[in-house]
Amino acid sequence: MGEFLQIKTAQQALKNQEYTQAAVDLLFQLADDDFILAYRGSEWLGLAPHIEEDVAFSSMSQDMMGHAVMYYEMLEQLGAGKADDLAQLRESGAFRNAILVERKNGLGGYNEDPHYDWAYAIVRSYVYGLYKKVRLEALLKSSYTPLVLGSRKILTEHRYHLMHWQVWLKQLANSTPEARGRLEAAIAKVWQDAGELSDLGPNADSIVRFGLIADEATLRQEWLATTQDLFQKAGLEWPGEPGAAPERGRAGVHTADLAQALATLSEVYRIDPAASW
Amino acid sequence: MAQEKTDLQEQQEATCWELLQEVKDPEIPAISMVEMGMIHKVRVEAGVAHVEVLPTFVGCPALEIMKKNITEKLVEGEGIDEVQVRFVYDPQWTSDRIAAEARDKLRSFGIAPPPIDFKAGDAWEVTCPYCNSPYTQIDNLFGPAACRSILYCRHCKNPFEALKPIY
Repeated sequence: MGEFLQIKTAQQALKNQEYTQAAVDLLFQLADDDFILAYRGSEWLGLAPHIEEDVAFSSMSQDMMGHAVMYYEMLEQLGAGKADDLAQLRESGAFRNAILVERKNGLGGYNEDPHYDWAYAIVRSYVYGLYKKVRLEALLKSSYTPLVLGSRKILTEHRYHLMHWQVWLKQLANSTPEARGRLEAAIAKVWQDAGELSDLGPNADSIVRFGLIADEATLRQEWLATTQDLFQKAGLEWPGEPGAAPERGRAGVHTADLAQALATLSEVYRIDPAASW
Repeated sequence: MAQEKTDLQEQQEATCWELLQEVKDPEIPAISMVEMGMIHKVRVEAGVAHVEVLPTFVGCPALEIMKKNITEKLVEGEGIDEVQVRFVYDPQWTSDRIAAEARDKLRSFGIAPPPIDFKAGDAWEVTCPYCNSPYTQIDNLFGPAACRSILYCRHCKNPFEALKPIY
């Protein structure tokens, strides 16, 4: 990747409009993926299978929310707007997260008779986590230094998340037929959307050309190879190439689930965006 | 580029480091942020103290409190009119940055310190901070704070916490 000029600061990036645009486009994907999945994780609070899991899941969601904040702050430095506003005031069409992370946790709602799907939570978090790891490792070679440093730090936390979900996956894969059946159904559901994770969006060429991250094919291949290996070790059948939803979150086309999530999470902030917290 | 520091600057920076010894990690009041290895740099210029802090965890909710505590403490220093706290990720904070003396203080606070020079693939073996037994088990990788896990000592039958190895 030696041919890329290393951009050390936001000020330096801002001198090149095209570079800034590519960095902004990528950062929205990184920020929105972590932010929305952290929000879905937070909706499990009090509903996880046991109290230790409640502690673990909320801790991981808090970590991920922190990762999103770091990316939103990088966006703020690149002139995209105030970090809090980026998280709370954008409409669904401005979000660039993959459809996978915005899906509801299951039937019902948090306040109305939640019948959430624990197997889906495990598989979604784990499969996303495996992609996140590959993406963070690719970002260690990014041409944008703030992303290199941020990713290095996030990786130190992320390894614990992966360990956690891996334990669940292995245990349920080797548990009762009911557990196994639920896990397989969850894998099938996640597989309908997961293929979009490695999509770098409409501006992918520019993102890759500026050396911000490796290309889609490289990311995808590495992620799927790792995932296949780990599924095999857990004794799970490999579901093959993952598909993608008909909407395309990376292009700002989302399901109604995202609008619902945004309405809930930003309800208080929207009452008075100038309030100090 | 390198500028000579004046005696006054040297003196003010030394005072800042001393004052920072009194700023505790809000979630572990037994040890200071200096002992946690979280203070990277202190520079005083024209009455403004610039402090670079290395977060232990990116999303640690205590960061804003730390920022406030550092600011309130340093303005006590003579000639310090303003404090600028900045969180930086270069170098990155690792659990090896925790000072040797602080490790004993952590133990006396009921928190097992992280292993030194931990590498990927190493087994994380934790001795009980109360009875020193290695006969412990991890109950939850995640605990009441992002940086801590929950363990149980099967020897003295006490639950305790341990700082995660961050490397």
